[in-house]
Amino acid sequence: MFDGPEPIYVQIAQMIRAQVLAGELAEEEQVMSTTQFATTFRINPATAAKAFTALVDEGVLYKRRGLGMFVAPGARERMLEHHRRAYFDDVLAPALAQADILGISTDELVAYVLGTNGHGRTTTTTESS
Amino acid sequence: MSPAPFGARLDDVVVRFGTQRRMTSDGTTVKEDATTALDGVGLTIRPGVITGVLGRNGAGKSTLLSLLAAFNRPTSGTVRLGPDGDDAWEDPWENPWVTANVQLVRESGDLQDDEKISESLRYYGDLRPAWDADLAARLLDLFEVSTRKKPSALSRGKRSAVGATIGLASRAPLTIFDEVYLGMDAPTRYAFYDEILADYAEHPRTILLSSHLVEEVERLFEDVVVLHRGSVLLAETAEEMASRGFSLTGPAAAVERLSGDRRVLHRQRLGATVQVTLEGAPDDATAAEARSAGVEVGTLPLQDLFVRLTQPAGGDGRHADAPAATGGEAPR
Repeated sequence: MFDGPEPIYVQIAQMIRAQVLAGELAEEEQVMSTTQFATTFRINPATAAKAFTALVDEGVLYKRRGLGMFVAPGARERMLEHHRRAYFDDVLAPALAQADILGISTDELVAYVLGTNGHGRTTTTTESS
Repeated sequence: MSPAPFGARLDDVVVRFGTQRRMTSDGTTVKEDATTALDGVGLTIRPGVITGVLGRNGAGKSTLLSLLAAFNRPTSGTVRLGPDGDDAWEDPWENPWVTANVQLVRESGDLQDDEKISESLRYYGDLRPAWDADLAARLLDLFEVSTRKKPSALSRGKRSAVGATIGLASRAPLTIFDEVYLGMDAPTRYAFYDEILADYAEHPRTILLSSHLVEEVERLFEDVVVLHRGSVLLAETAEEMASRGFSLTGPAAAVERLSGDRRVLHRQRLGATVQVTLEGAPDDATAAEARSAGVEVGTLPLQDLFVRLTQPAGGDGRHADAPAATGGEAPR
């Protein structure tokens, strides 16, 4: 566990974000304590605490004194909104740039989007970098 | 109620093991130079933190740790210990209040060999104000050690397990484990690490842990001290230490190009894939280029840094291009 390239606390924070996003951790639900993190994943409790601090700063978690860490109300919706905003820059722009390199036309892309999801989108970005 | 976790500070500490007299073959005695175990060590141990003490054999780890427990005394320099928040830390030497709050567990175990283990436990129970007898009983049960046996009848690993038990059950504000894993099999070692973390989380205190099994224990550490030939080579947080380098793994050509002229700490090759550990931190451009070239950017394994820092002079790059231990083809 946590064998990825980033520091462990970054990976822990990412895991909790993913769980909130997927709805596995509901709002107002308690997350594992630093002690549980430490013993479950065999890491220093300070490492887990650092992940919690980052998530509190982001508004994903909040602390209830003497009780522990809980998922903040509205955390999932805020994260979804954040990901929606980042989607175009982080995911779609590189994909479109790649399509441009490969010579895939905008019409083909539009046809693909319309064909694979039935949302009936009629507009698409023609911008390519 | 035990006192707050202890911190420690060493200033310009030198330890020489006295002038040795040796009888030569013709019957005369000659004086030999004293061995310098620690040579001008300055170091602060943060209270309430798990600190890893790393170093090769003979680096001075055990000497340093035994100074903190007042098992010996510096030739010159000062050692000061005390609880968090108190700036009047004291010299542990012949200081019962300080030494009562420091538990050093050495490789030898410091057990009463001719008495049952229960006698050694009683001894440490009397010595340590915060001793937890229930925890000791539970741990010995976990490690499958009978308190009715004598330490001399135990295997190396079981003896280490008794040492681990004494250290944890002491609940001492400064608890020191000096290579207390010898002879333990892997499941027992991991059970020991888990118990350290669980007990530390419940009862915050200062823990020093020396080990050669860097890969196994590095995640336990918040701070790391590296000793080399009697001097402190590094003393910083584990995070700072990890940021001293990074690894690149991927196709050889791309990895070489991305490495640029950075210093290579370690290199291994598995067929067409190369992994290099480099000094410094990856800049954004390198990271982005790595992503598009299919090269994975990874964290620095503490073990690689430790080996690089402490390898013998002239051994520079000896491990470079060594084939991976798990097989793969020989380089070149």
